[in-house]
Amino acid sequence: MSRFHYLPLTDEERAEMLNDLGINSVDELFTDIPKTVRFSGEMELPPPLSESEAVNHLAELADRNYHLQENPSFLGAGVYDHFVPAAVKHVLGRSEFYTSYTPYQAEVSQGLLQSIFEYQTMICQLTGMDVANASMYDGATAVAEAAVMSCNVTRRDKVVVSRSVHPAYRQVLQAYFDARDFRLEEIPMKEGTLDGEEIEAQIDDQTAALVVQNPNFLGMLEDYNGLAEMVHGKGALLVAAVDPISLPLVKTPARYGADIVAGEGQSLGNFTSYGGPLLGFFAAREKFARRMPGRISGQTVDTEGRRGFVMTMQTREQHIRRGRATSNICSNQALNALAATVYMASLGPQGMKEVASLCLQKAAYLREKIESLTGYRVVYPGPYFKEFPVMVPGAPEELNQRLLEAGIIGGLDLGRFYPELENSVLFCVTEKRTREEMDKLVHELEGWK
Amino acid sequence: MRKEKALLFELGRPGRRGASLPPVDVPEKPLEELLPPEMQRETPLDLPELSEGEVMRHFTELSHRNFGVDSGFYPLGSCTMKYNPKINEEVAAFPGFTHLHPYQDDATVQGALELFYLAEQGLKEVTGMDRISFQPAAGAHGELTGLMVILAYHRSRGEKRKKVLVPDSAHGTNPATITMAGCKAVEIPSDERGLVDLEALKQNVDEDTAGLMLTNPNTLGLFEEDIDQIARVVHDVGGLLYYDGANLNAVMGYARPGDMGFDVVHLNLHKTFSTPHGGGGPGSGSVGVKEKLIPFLPYPVLGKDGEGNYYWNHDLPQSIGKIHSFYGNFTVAVKAYTYLRMMGAPGLKQVSRDAVLNANYLMNRLKDYYYLKYQRTCKHEFVISARQIKKNYGVGTADVAKALLDYGFHPPTVYFPLIVEEPLMVEPTETESKETLDDFAEAMKKIVSLAQKDPEQVTSAPHNTVVGRLDELTAARYPRARWIPEE
Amino acid sequence: MKWNVPNGLFYTETHEWAKEENGSVVEVGITDYAQDKLGGVVFVELPEEGDVLSKGESIAVIESVKAVVDTYAPVTGKVVEVNRELEDRPEALNEAPYEEGWILKMEMENRQELEELMEQEQYREHVIKQEEEEQ
Repeated sequence: MSRFHYLPLTDEERAEMLNDLGINSVDELFTDIPKTVRFSGEMELPPPLSESEAVNHLAELADRNYHLQENPSFLGAGVYDHFVPAAVKHVLGRSEFYTSYTPYQAEVSQGLLQSIFEYQTMICQLTGMDVANASMYDGATAVAEAAVMSCNVTRRDKVVVSRSVHPAYRQVLQAYFDARDFRLEEIPMKEGTLDGEEIEAQIDDQTAALVVQNPNFLGMLEDYNGLAEMVHGKGALLVAAVDPISLPLVKTPARYGADIVAGEGQSLGNFTSYGGPLLGFFAAREKFARRMPGRISGQTVDTEGRRGFVMTMQTREQHIRRGRATSNICSNQALNALAATVYMASLGPQGMKEVASLCLQKAAYLREKIESLTGYRVVYPGPYFKEFPVMVPGAPEELNQRLLEAGIIGGLDLGRFYPELENSVLFCVTEKRTREEMDKLVHELEGWK
Repeated sequence: MRKEKALLFELGRPGRRGASLPPVDVPEKPLEELLPPEMQRETPLDLPELSEGEVMRHFTELSHRNFGVDSGFYPLGSCTMKYNPKINEEVAAFPGFTHLHPYQDDATVQGALELFYLAEQGLKEVTGMDRISFQPAAGAHGELTGLMVILAYHRSRGEKRKKVLVPDSAHGTNPATITMAGCKAVEIPSDERGLVDLEALKQNVDEDTAGLMLTNPNTLGLFEEDIDQIARVVHDVGGLLYYDGANLNAVMGYARPGDMGFDVVHLNLHKTFSTPHGGGGPGSGSVGVKEKLIPFLPYPVLGKDGEGNYYWNHDLPQSIGKIHSFYGNFTVAVKAYTYLRMMGAPGLKQVSRDAVLNANYLMNRLKDYYYLKYQRTCKHEFVISARQIKKNYGVGTADVAKALLDYGFHPPTVYFPLIVEEPLMVEPTETESKETLDDFAEAMKKIVSLAQKDPEQVTSAPHNTVVGRLDELTAARYPRARWIPEE
Repeated sequence: MKWNVPNGLFYTETHEWAKEENGSVVEVGITDYAQDKLGGVVFVELPEEGDVLSKGESIAVIESVKAVVDTYAPVTGKVVEVNRELEDRPEALNEAPYEEGWILKMEMENRQELEELMEQEQYREHVIKQEEEEQ
């Protein structure tokens, strides 16, 4: 009797099959592995566990972590503790979805292809762009691929990025560019936002794109008045990374002239998951559709005129264009995109607007209360969406230690990424933070130092 | 059985809600005070408005129009569509895993870090490599990371090598990755055995060779028997050897890439290690390296101090940098780790044994009906061809695939690898029973008969699916990638 | 022969045709045989007017649903006009490869190169040979 319950073959069946093949042992099927590379003996791994033993072991590991369900958190910085409706889990739990793969055989994958089409549509509705793809790995790689695409489209090799863009995005951009001999330049920050005067000087006829983020890493909404015109005037593209949760209230990137929109979609129906899996979303203007990376679901008809969906413009992709593909991306974050689809369908326009408003109002409330404390100061005037930097009267590490003892996960130590923001903390407030939780935080801040 | 399905945008009514939120519990300020008018959204947000029940019915119906491994046999070659254990889903959903923030202090997530550590130890043993990074989010991402590591290594020695060699049977992501890494792909032809042509390889290596990307067994399911010599040829010119781990399911416990001479490896946790494919993702393309390449891994790298505390080490001056916002697809690693612990060494070896037995058994059952170019023992997958059927009856690989849908099977991979005419790449995996394989072989046999008697029935397949054969041509010519409201 | 091979055109081994026009301009496209083998054309990536290309260099990229193929310059020269209609109706390339499906016009540098190409009979034989090899 097999103790490995995922393996159906019985010894009897194996014997029948070996007989069919005219051999005596399965080992005869491995003689093509030369002795010089053959592994002898047994791999040194812990002995196999039964299901309940495995559960105990994993539960023990999970229990050792402080998590957001037990401790209210004021951490944001790219990954957020937003409300996820119960329906999401129940849709994602349907194994017809999660045990399937890329919908290469469209006729039996209409479920997934249609949901991807719906996802693409809603991303376009949120951002105002014309066409979106089925997902990228995360916001950072989505932005990096947008930058690479800009270089390919404009046939230039320099990209300029604002320092107010998420540090991780800039680091991933740098890594992708280092590999290609593309050049990455940074525009300094001024008062927590991108320095408008510097941009004119740095964007020239060698620039493929300017990359900005709105709200930026510090939670501030940026002023892009005249930006797109200037960038386009130099023949470059505008790439905007945005927070989808903000879009029901904040001006869409389409309206301020973005050519490509990329960003982190984790906030839409996905958990923080210790930073992965996340959800990179990617959208662009119609004219760039054939230059985009990633899978795209498209509408079509079958032989009887019935509407259906297929993966379209596959010639952009690696399995056809190979070395000349728009990207090497194959597997993406499909299931996380499905979560986003269920989320957006569940919340609808009213719900999404409410989430945005709750974040805005609650963050404003916390901001005001902190401003009134002596020793604390919101670093820049704003305006802010759901997070903001606060100068604190001491080392953020110490503050967070104290907060943890009070059962609160504090904000991000900004000194890690911006030397000029030493002793500053990025506090994030989502719709999940209650007034009590915020008051408690303020109380702790007040009591410190 | 044919049925169209409404889109979300064609359902619902204005005013419906599918989720509830708590009322605002702080004093509300006027919007203009917090958000200047010129920064506010101008266009109305046009999302669908459905009740929760409508949302659930919609997606439930969609799930009925989808086929996964839990629905039936899914022999997609190169993808290892093995059964996805349900316990993986259970443990990966523990809030102690899902509700962690990546910027939390290391001291507060020791359980997660220990999981990364233990998973790494396990994968090191399976692959024979010295360190593993879980940062890459997919196989192709792992390929890019691995190539970047190789190039960084050469640069550290003052060399700027720009050529990367791949066999002509390579998966498309390989040359696409090479381009993304700023290098030039050089294709090495396969010989009559279906393996890398050693002579051609020797002729194509030089001091500009950064490395060779190989999968072993290769995409034809054949083990590269000359791997020792291949490794030597590449290493002799100072190049490095990269292992595409897509086919690791064939050799666990029998051979390890680290012992074959590979310097860098990527694993597909969503293939070999049973994590679900998710409809296209998320996967995980963990990268393994030999000691000399450790300094170049993406940061941060996991560290363990004298007291057994885990921490993220960002101090890697020679690192290629970051290739993901954080640490990779953590909950996917949780699932892979759970599988690794449940199978252990004997389980993983049995996996490879059954995967290879199933493939050879099925190949033997099919070779009388479909052309088999390489008549030899395969590993976990094999490639047959519909070329004779195409020639005789006008029925090609695509048609065979569509006909299989009517029998309730997901077809094998079609039109890959490119070096075989009208190819069907079949990978049954170890989680299939003999009766499933027999049923599949029967169906494949019937399709050939049908092609002979009534080819039009095959070329007009599928007949039993919710939609008929779809027009990909028009979709590609005039793409409609989003819903537009009819005026 | 089931494929159309008009007289008066010049043909390359890679299945492009060139038609001499006024002055040193040639019109270029792909043959009926080529479009048949390719299947339904989905998209054509055209060069820019003014691009200078050498004989044998890739001048356009043609995509079908499942394949991407290069089209090669039959002669060296400068692109003076591209067929914008292919952007709106790529199927024109399948429907009328020698008429509406023309791809571009180039100003030849050296008429000698044109004369080195195949004419109707030679190209027909070339196609027959290709077909035999594929059997």
